[in-house]
Amino acid sequence: MTENENTSNDPIIICEDVHKWFDDFHVLKGITTTFKKGEKAVICGPSGSGKSTFIRTINRLEEHQRGTIIVDGIELTNDLRNINLIRQEVGMVFQQFNLFPHLSNLKNITLGPIRVRKLSKRKAEEEALALLERMGIADQAYKYPSEISGGQQQRVAIARALAMEPKIMLFDEPTSALDPEMISEVLDVMRELAHSGMTMLVVTHEMGFAREVADRVMFFDEGVVVEEAVPADFFDNPQHERTKLFISQTLQH
Amino acid sequence: MEEQADIQQIKPPTNAKGPVGWLRENLFNTWYNALLTCVALLFLYFTFKGILTWAFTEAEWNVIPANLQLFAIGPYPRDQVFRIWICLYILTGLLGLSAGIWRGIVQRWTIVVGSIFLVFLVIPFEIVPRQDSNYVSIEFRFNLIWLIFESRRWLLGNIAILIVTFFLGNRISRLRPWILGGWILSFPIIMFVLHGFGENAVHTSLWGGLMLTLILAVVGIAVSFPLGVFLALCRQSKLPAIKWVSIFYIETVRGVPLITILFMGNTLITIFIPYFTIDQVLKMMVAITLFSAAYMAENVRGGLQSIPRGQHEAAQAVGLNYVQSMLFVVLPQALRAVIPAIVGQFIALFKDTSLVSIIGLIDLLGVAKSILAEWLGRHVEVYLFIALIYFIFCFAMSKVSQEIEAELGVGKR
Repeated sequence: MTENENTSNDPIIICEDVHKWFDDFHVLKGITTTFKKGEKAVICGPSGSGKSTFIRTINRLEEHQRGTIIVDGIELTNDLRNINLIRQEVGMVFQQFNLFPHLSNLKNITLGPIRVRKLSKRKAEEEALALLERMGIADQAYKYPSEISGGQQQRVAIARALAMEPKIMLFDEPTSALDPEMISEVLDVMRELAHSGMTMLVVTHEMGFAREVADRVMFFDEGVVVEEAVPADFFDNPQHERTKLFISQTLQH
Repeated sequence: MEEQADIQQIKPPTNAKGPVGWLRENLFNTWYNALLTCVALLFLYFTFKGILTWAFTEAEWNVIPANLQLFAIGPYPRDQVFRIWICLYILTGLLGLSAGIWRGIVQRWTIVVGSIFLVFLVIPFEIVPRQDSNYVSIEFRFNLIWLIFESRRWLLGNIAILIVTFFLGNRISRLRPWILGGWILSFPIIMFVLHGFGENAVHTSLWGGLMLTLILAVVGIAVSFPLGVFLALCRQSKLPAIKWVSIFYIETVRGVPLITILFMGNTLITIFIPYFTIDQVLKMMVAITLFSAAYMAENVRGGLQSIPRGQHEAAQAVGLNYVQSMLFVVLPQALRAVIPAIVGQFIALFKDTSLVSIIGLIDLLGVAKSILAEWLGRHVEVYLFIALIYFIFCFAMSKVSQEIEAELGVGKR
């Protein structure tokens, strides 16, 4: 069932006893896990369970307060150089797309490569156009984000993250803000990306996508990983009551 | 298919009724509206009759053309006026180059400036000293003609420069990276040329009129804008020392009237630092700039707060550092959102420069006062005229801001 051909045994993200508080609220209560190179992990769970917060700690959009996170051999500390190094290796796609509205789609994509990777404008634009081609929206390059549909915007956002040539891609509920008929066009792109061997951590409620693409499904509740398993076991043979309830609720509609 | 075609062919209902229909519908639709319309018309008639009668019969407008040069440059020595022309040449050249390179708004406004030059070619703007007798010596007339032609010659040169640099800018696009540096560099050069050196130096106490007003306003605007952006960023800093110093500065300056700051700048600094004198115009430049920067900072902060957190996060996730994410992602959006507030601040600053007349500088308002000391009883004419000048500049600024907003698509993207 699972596609293991791309997955190696080298760990690329190592989390140990990761804790995080928002003021007094304990969001992450000691997450310990390892993601391997090329692994596709789908993270699900009810809202407020800490799943988004968890993947946001991996590129330091949220700061963890206890424990260690090591990404591709670099430990995340307050050292700004490490944070910037890791952010170049980790691409992120947001629920609300967060495209830069004052820049054309093409410039949204080339901003990072030109300023951070120090590519020439011409090279960056070539790469960006190739990425847009891969996303199936090459004809939208010179429009502005407000002029295209939500599904197209999210694909531009994916292209923007890929333009930094990351080793890891984080997806924070990439389809939750989309109209139903646009979800599949984004999932198609993500599926293609998964087949290309990218390491992916995906927070999503798209259980069909999880079943098809994931090497591992992690179920978060109240700041802990309640259950993790390969998709077949996770969906067909859940062990915990909380997981069973969640699966029955999400698959009902 | 046919039905669809029919639907497409239906036109919106026309509501053209012609001017009479419009009047009937809007001004005379009920008896009380008709009454209100008549009262308003009577009111307008008497007001305008009063104003127009005054303007064409009682008002003595000769005070304006006779003093045009004073309004323009104040007591600046007449034999040194060529320096002002040189400065104008520098600015015109830069303007022409910019217009040639950038087109769009810059080009439109360069055409406006060019046509103002053309207007000045035809209207009289030289000193015409008041003659108490009707007798005017031939020698005087000759001098007068010579003077008139001298200024016209300078002005013609100016127009020529505008045209030549425009085509230069249009042809040579390699100039583009240098042009901003040129504008920045033009400021010290102009200050130096205006001041001069040696025995012909023109002390700043002789700078005046519209020229002084413009110098103070342009310096205030050009320096307080980046300073204000900087203060706004400091106010949002995570480092407490920077944050609190910035808040203290902004709140202190905003809590004090501009006049107080001008007085303090003028007198207190002299008391505290008695060892050397600081130029008075320079002191006023600094005071106006520091005052305006505090307000600018608050305007910019408003824009910064309007940018959603997701924009910062996306910039970080792409790998931009703080300076880059501010420069390329946050500030362009934040500043665009507050263009109206920022231009409002620029306009206020421009008008506020008139307060320097209180500490004895002879700006546009100061010139008006000194002219009135000689031309008794012409208050209304003189003040109306300088009000018109202030209005023209402020209106132009607000027009430019509207055009910039339209060009950047504010509210659309």
